Amino acid sequence: MTGKDWPLWEVFIRSKQGLNHKHVGSIHAADAQMAVENARDVYTRRSEGISIWVVESSQVFASDPSEADALFEPADSKIYRHPTFYEVPDGVGHM
Amino acid sequence: MPDPSRSGFPFLYRKFLQNSLSLKFITSYMEEQNLAELEAAFNRKLEKDVRIEPKDWMPDAYRKTLIRQISQHAHSEIVGMLPEGNWITRAPNLRRKAVLLAKVQDEAGHGQYLYSAMETLGASREQTIDDMHEGKAKYSSIFNYPTLTWADMGAVGWLVDGAAIMNQVPLCRTSYGPYARAMVRICKEESFHQRQGYEIMCTLMKGTELQKEMAQDALNRFWWPALMMFGPSDAESTHSQQSIDWKIKRHTNDELRQMFVDATVPQAELIGLTIPDPNLKWNAEKGGYDFGEIDWTEFWQVVSGNGPCNAERIEARRKAKENGMWVREAAMAHAEKKKARKAS
Repeated sequence: MTGKDWPLWEVFIRSKQGLNHKHVGSIHAADAQMAVENARDVYTRRSEGISIWVVESSQVFASDPSEADALFEPADSKIYRHPTFYEVPDGVGHM
Repeated sequence: MPDPSRSGFPFLYRKFLQNSLSLKFITSYMEEQNLAELEAAFNRKLEKDVRIEPKDWMPDAYRKTLIRQISQHAHSEIVGMLPEGNWITRAPNLRRKAVLLAKVQDEAGHGQYLYSAMETLGASREQTIDDMHEGKAKYSSIFNYPTLTWADMGAVGWLVDGAAIMNQVPLCRTSYGPYARAMVRICKEESFHQRQGYEIMCTLMKGTELQKEMAQDALNRFWWPALMMFGPSDAESTHSQQSIDWKIKRHTNDELRQMFVDATVPQAELIGLTIPDPNLKWNAEKGGYDFGEIDWTEFWQVVSGNGPCNAERIEARRKAKENGMWVREAAMAHAEKKKARKAS
C-alpha cells in the first residue's frame, strides 16, 4: 500500500506588483504545472499572490549554516561600506 | 587566527595518527568535543530566541520531538476535516454551506503547511501518514467524537477551533522556524473558524426552543472533550518540561486550559448557554474560573483508540489514500511520459 510521494517543489510567491517573489513553503506535485496549481490552492486562498514560481526542491543548492561565519566574514570586516563610517560636519545637513 | 585544522602541521599530525593505534580513541574524543560545542551553540540560540532553521545542527531528540508534534498536528488538521465534512451537504442554507466548505478547505491547507514544515526535518510525509493509519501516530482526540446535529458545527467551530487557537497562538513563537511560520499563517486563517462557529450558536440561541435545546446539547457534548484537547494535566504530561526548555512549547497544558475556560465561559453566558460543569465558579483571588475534574479515564480511552469514532476516522483516511493511489500513480506516469517526450 506504500506508494511514492510526488516530487517536492519549493514555492515562491509575489504578493503584489513591485515586490520580489518570496519563499512561502513547499508542495508535492507530479510536474511543474501541477505544482503551480497546488501552490495556488495551498498558499493563495486569501489572495496572497499574483504570481507563483516553483522550483524542484532537489535543485536548490544551499549554503552550509555551520560555515556561515567564514562565508559572510568578508562583509563583516568592511564597515567602511556603510555611510555611518564617514564623518561629515554638522552643518552639511542631509547627505 | 588561522584555523589550526587547515594548516600544515595538523595534517602531518593526522597522517601520523592514522598509523597509530590511539586513532580511534582520539577521534571519538574529538567528536565528543565537537558535539558538546554544537550543543552549546544550539542552546545559546534558544536562549537568545534565535529561531532554529532546517539545515542548522540540532539535537536528535529535538528533531524527533518536532517531527512527532508537527506530524500529529498535521494529522489533526486532516482528520479534522471529517466531522465537519459530514455536514457540508446538509448545511441549512447556501451561506452556511459556502462557509463550511471554505473552513474544511482551510483545514486541508493547514495540514499541508504542517506536513511541509515537518518535511524540512527530513521526515517522509508518506511514512508519517502511514504511521497514523497504522495507529502508531496520534491526532487530536477531539475528532473521535461524532457530529450529530447542525448545532455541532457551531460547537466545533466555537470550542474546538477556540481551543486550537489557544494552543496555536503561542506556537507562532516556537523555536523551530518553519513550524513557527506555518503557525503564523494558520492562526491568521483560523480566526474566522471560531467566529463562524460562535455565530451559528448565537443564531440558534435566538431561535425556537428546539433550536436552543440543540445548541445546549451540542455544548454539553463538546465542552469536556474540548477541555481534553489541551492534553494531560501538567503532573501527567511526559513531554511538557523538555518541550518548554526547548522553547517548542511556551505554556503548559494546564495554563492553556485555564486560559481557554476563562475566555469561553463569558461567551457562553452572553448568549444564554450553560456550561455543563456544576463545579464551575469564578475565583476572584486567582482571577480565573475554578472548574471540575476532567474524566481522565475517558481521555485515556479515546487517546488509546477506543473513542466513539476512532476506527471510523482511520478507516476513512486509509480509504482516501488507497482510493486515490491510482490517480497519484497516473499523474506521475503522465509527467514522466511528457518529460521523456520533451527530451527525445
